[in-house]
Amino acid sequence: MSEHLPDALVQPARFAFTEANQAAAQQIIAKYPAGRQRSAVMPLLDLAQRQEGWLSRAAMDHVADMLGVPPIKVYEVATFYTMYNLKPIGKLHVQVCTNISCWLRAAPEVVRAAREVLGVEFGQTRADAKATLSEVECLGACANAPVMQVGDDLYEDLTYDTAKAVLEALMRGDKVKFGSQSGRQGACPAGGPTTLKPKPPAEAAKETP
Amino acid sequence: MPKLTIDGLEIEVPAGTSVLQAAEQLGIEIPRFCYHERLPVAANCRMCLVEIEKMPKPVASCAQPAGEGMVVKTQSEVALQARKNVMELLLINHPLDCPICDQGGECDLQDQAMAYGRDKGRYDEEKRAVSEKYLGPLVKTAMTRCIHCTRCVRFLTEVAGVPELGMTFRGEHAEITTYIERALTSELSGNIVDLCPVGALTSKPYAFAARPWELRKTLSYDVFDAVGCAIRIDARGNQVMRVLPRVSEDVNEEWLADKSRHAVDGLLKRRLDVPYVRRDGRLEAATWAEAFAAVRRGFEGLAGSEIAALAGDMADAEAMFALKLLIESLGSANLDCRQDGAALDPTVPASYRFNTTIAGIEQADALLIVGSNPRVEAPVLNARIRKRAARGGFAVGVVGPKADLTYRTQHLGEGADTLQAILDGVNPFADVLAKAERPMIVLGMGALARADGARVLGAARALAEKTGMVKDGWNGFNVLHTAAARVGGLDLGFVPGPGGKGTREILAAASRGEIKAVWLLGADQIETNGLDRAFVVYQGHHGDVGAQVADVILPGAAYTEKSGTYVNTEGRVQRAPRAVFPPGEAREDWKIVRAASEVLGRTLPFDSLDALRDALAAHAPGFAVRDVATPGAWAPFGESGALDAAAGPFVSPIRNYYMTDPISRASPTMQACTVEILGETPARTGTDG
Repeated sequence: MSEHLPDALVQPARFAFTEANQAAAQQIIAKYPAGRQRSAVMPLLDLAQRQEGWLSRAAMDHVADMLGVPPIKVYEVATFYTMYNLKPIGKLHVQVCTNISCWLRAAPEVVRAAREVLGVEFGQTRADAKATLSEVECLGACANAPVMQVGDDLYEDLTYDTAKAVLEALMRGDKVKFGSQSGRQGACPAGGPTTLKPKPPAEAAKETP
Repeated sequence: MPKLTIDGLEIEVPAGTSVLQAAEQLGIEIPRFCYHERLPVAANCRMCLVEIEKMPKPVASCAQPAGEGMVVKTQSEVALQARKNVMELLLINHPLDCPICDQGGECDLQDQAMAYGRDKGRYDEEKRAVSEKYLGPLVKTAMTRCIHCTRCVRFLTEVAGVPELGMTFRGEHAEITTYIERALTSELSGNIVDLCPVGALTSKPYAFAARPWELRKTLSYDVFDAVGCAIRIDARGNQVMRVLPRVSEDVNEEWLADKSRHAVDGLLKRRLDVPYVRRDGRLEAATWAEAFAAVRRGFEGLAGSEIAALAGDMADAEAMFALKLLIESLGSANLDCRQDGAALDPTVPASYRFNTTIAGIEQADALLIVGSNPRVEAPVLNARIRKRAARGGFAVGVVGPKADLTYRTQHLGEGADTLQAILDGVNPFADVLAKAERPMIVLGMGALARADGARVLGAARALAEKTGMVKDGWNGFNVLHTAAARVGGLDLGFVPGPGGKGTREILAAASRGEIKAVWLLGADQIETNGLDRAFVVYQGHHGDVGAQVADVILPGAAYTEKSGTYVNTEGRVQRAPRAVFPPGEAREDWKIVRAASEVLGRTLPFDSLDALRDALAAHAPGFAVRDVATPGAWAPFGESGALDAAAGPFVSPIRNYYMTDPISRASPTMQACTVEILGETPARTGTDG
């Protein structure tokens, strides 16, 4: 379990929110009733992570201080959720789902593509800090399996080729349209509708002269 | 008042009682790991599952409130099967390392696995391993054994008020840790070792030292502070191996402070185990006969006014009483048990006791702490204040040192001028006290052991009277002592007699050469510079400050090595039996005084401990009644007179909690605490070379 322990890391001595984030943080805290400010812990941790790219101990201590809770209570939250990164990560955080639905829809092919493009294994960050590859559990888009998340965006309906193309483009710095990569809209049936194909009787009646 | 049936027995319990508690009242035992009657309910171990009719699944009885007409079965097939399954799950990741585990023999998991488990597990996969955590010099961890009951987390958060432990990560990766790998800073951290139902948290100083069935258990009382916690001394052979708390609802519930628990390894170090006599400026080992001869020479031809005696913070009442009689028979009235010179009034017991009683704190609704830091002066008592504070509706004002007391306080000021302001009604806290129904004041030694101590005492009395702290059925005036011997010494009158001198005057007179012989009964907390000119007899158990200035050292017994009576800060008379024998030539203290009295030609009128105790009870009747807190009758005490800021701020007498007395100063564990928890380098002593 020692990989959980952040001790091997060089932790920054300090953390402070930027001015804009400080204002945003105050706004978040103000959403909660007086005396319940500790409820703001998750959005504040997210804000800190977005600012630094990862959650350092100093950042967690800072959030604890802002909310007036013991630091350990913040560590408990931050370690519980996998979305908080307790180690520095690359610029692109590529998270590939290998859970049952994706796996049945050939997630291992997506993993192979990611490994080839990024040149790293699960849990590793490229030497140039451009990307980190992670294995994750369900991303909540099983209808579009297999799925991969990069940053805040989901890329769905992947194959080896489309996954490779997406990642290569992202690595080049290009914008890629997120969502389904097979061309369908959302989770609509691939290749067009399969049910309710005839026109509704009312419309059909109007068309007959 | 719901009425329910458990295993065919009907019982009516107050609303809010859990099924587990109701079963306990009926004498039905339900196994549990995470549930503890003094901690909030977590319901995460699932060991207490029972079957309740009309409920689809087995229910955790610790978190299930008793309901009207409930029919509970704790021994049905469903309940037994559920327990078996929970036990199997708990044992999946628990190592089978009982033979090398310090908890072995007193382990809840071991016992309950025997009683409720299967004979073998069905789990063939790899077990998980968790790296050890650093929790400081007192708590050793073996986190692979942890079953995540979170008792330790709940204790530190709720009872100790020092939330430093938590459960991080989740699922299979969940770990109990401080996360930052720093020593716990609570003075009550040793209690999490007792609370841990498995061997995940064990005592570091006691690691691999003994097995529970090898230990001889003596029920005794603690003397490291004036709270008088009930303890159990576990000894093997003639060595105290460890000290554990035992349940005493009125005093310590079931907690014990770290110093009381872990300073006992100091009983093996720097001991005075033979008499010493100073010859040509050097202390040399001697026989008892030589030592007594030297005492006789030192006292020969002295007038009563040239003799004085001081009693230390751990002296037992019997030794103090014997020494008092001896010194008085020599014609001296120069006696004092108040090493710090605290201006306590020995004639009015109510003026030096914790009259509210420790359990009474829970009834109070406002508290003013003056010149005290109860967190270090009496950690267990502080936990009681915190327990009251956690219920809310309890204003706590502090006049004195600024400190984190683990509950919310209002810091009103540092010195006597603030107390005067409250008395005058200028400070807004005066209103809080006046409006409270049962207000209380806690007066510490930091406020009394100073030149204007008597005036502070008088002002505190005036405040108590003015704000209605003393009335029928309630006495809110409290003095918090730091020394286990103090109240006993005051009760039996180890104080200056008519025309006698107190501690400060004795030391001053000795430095002027007016007092020529001083008997120190374990008195180590005094300024010894002035004693160079006097003949000093040091009677005690450790080679500490007092022994260094001595001309004759009479080796006495520590609290574990003699049968002694102590009176706690509430006035509770407690008798601690002997657990082990004193080392080497050392003897019980009353016997030493008795023997010396013969040598000095003033033979004391008793030659057994029982005879001494009878004489003591006849002299001070309070000693005849044991284990009862005895608030004194209210009477005027203290001096009147304006308090001013010129006397400086109140300062707690305890700077380093871990080293306050000869035993803890000699303790390697307490030295480790000083370094690792407080981050200080311990002061070098004479034996450092």
